[in-house]
Amino acid sequence: MSATVITITSGKGGVGKTTTTANLSAALAAQGKKVVAIDADIGLRNLDVVMGLENRIVYDLVDVVEGTCRLRQAMIKDKRLQDLYLIPAAQSRDKTSVTPGDMIELTNQMRDEFDYILIDSPAGIEQGFKNAVAPADRVLVVTTPEVSAVRDADRIIGLIEAEEKGPGDLVVNRLRMDMVRRGDMLDTSDVIDILAINLIGVVPDDENIIVSTNQGRPVVMSNGSTAGQAFRNIASRLNGQNVPFIELKEESSFIKKISNFFRA
Amino acid sequence: MSIFRRLFGQKESSSAQAKNRLKLVLVHDRVDLSPGKMELLKDELIKVISKYVEIDSDGIDISLSRNNEQSQLVANIPLLEVRHK
Repeated sequence: MSATVITITSGKGGVGKTTTTANLSAALAAQGKKVVAIDADIGLRNLDVVMGLENRIVYDLVDVVEGTCRLRQAMIKDKRLQDLYLIPAAQSRDKTSVTPGDMIELTNQMRDEFDYILIDSPAGIEQGFKNAVAPADRVLVVTTPEVSAVRDADRIIGLIEAEEKGPGDLVVNRLRMDMVRRGDMLDTSDVIDILAINLIGVVPDDENIIVSTNQGRPVVMSNGSTAGQAFRNIASRLNGQNVPFIELKEESSFIKKISNFFRA
Repeated sequence: MSIFRRLFGQKESSSAQAKNRLKLVLVHDRVDLSPGKMELLKDELIKVISKYVEIDSDGIDISLSRNNEQSQLVANIPLLEVRHK
């Protein structure tokens, strides 16, 4: 095996990097791949709670880098799936505890054992971002259809190109078709038009994400949600499959239509 | 666009506004030239060009645009013709 290292980043905070990392890791593992997810957001760790593994942390990323523990000791196995592991971030340290060189060395130690190494990047463009991107073979840029998130995505795409990590692939997260149809939200085509990079997935705004995060169980682990299906599709595309984009529909309740009519 | 907006001929949809604003802000971001700096550039440009020819300073239009992966500074500077004085 020789792992593909995929870094999930965005520039802006709160657009869904951690949710995307958790779900793509779980979806790839469910497709039979051996996956490790690394939380690179040192000081603000969250991938552990989103994946529901927070109670099992003993050692973390900084412990591994500093040699306090062996790599294996910091890897938490997700018992719900065959081959899914998490290396959590340290909570009481900061981004300077790890260097880009450390991240490259760490991932190189794991490349033979895994199919995919997913790295959850912190928000921002400083050292935490540089650490997360240094070992990447490919980069996923997450954005939402809002001016601030798209602007930051553009900046991040520039920085990824400067690091010679390609333009990356775009995930448009939290799309609301009802608002798009009303003319009150940028559509995926608008975002692609502006950013001019390859689209790898569109994830609808879905209440199931909040519920699944409440429970610490990524949506891809349950059937029935559109967001879960969207993440599974992205995972398949990462695996090289050609999966058509799902046609997102707005929830079409009568009351919603009436209220939309008057709201505009 | 909603029915009301169409009926009453209201301004463009908020998503169209978002797209237009984003396009403009990104053109400036990408070349690191803020609208404020553009104004300074415009003033200096007027001074330099005025040394050589008379220009119609009210008609000047300087803007950044982007097409085919290339950003460009477009300046439209109308000149005053001596004959019309």
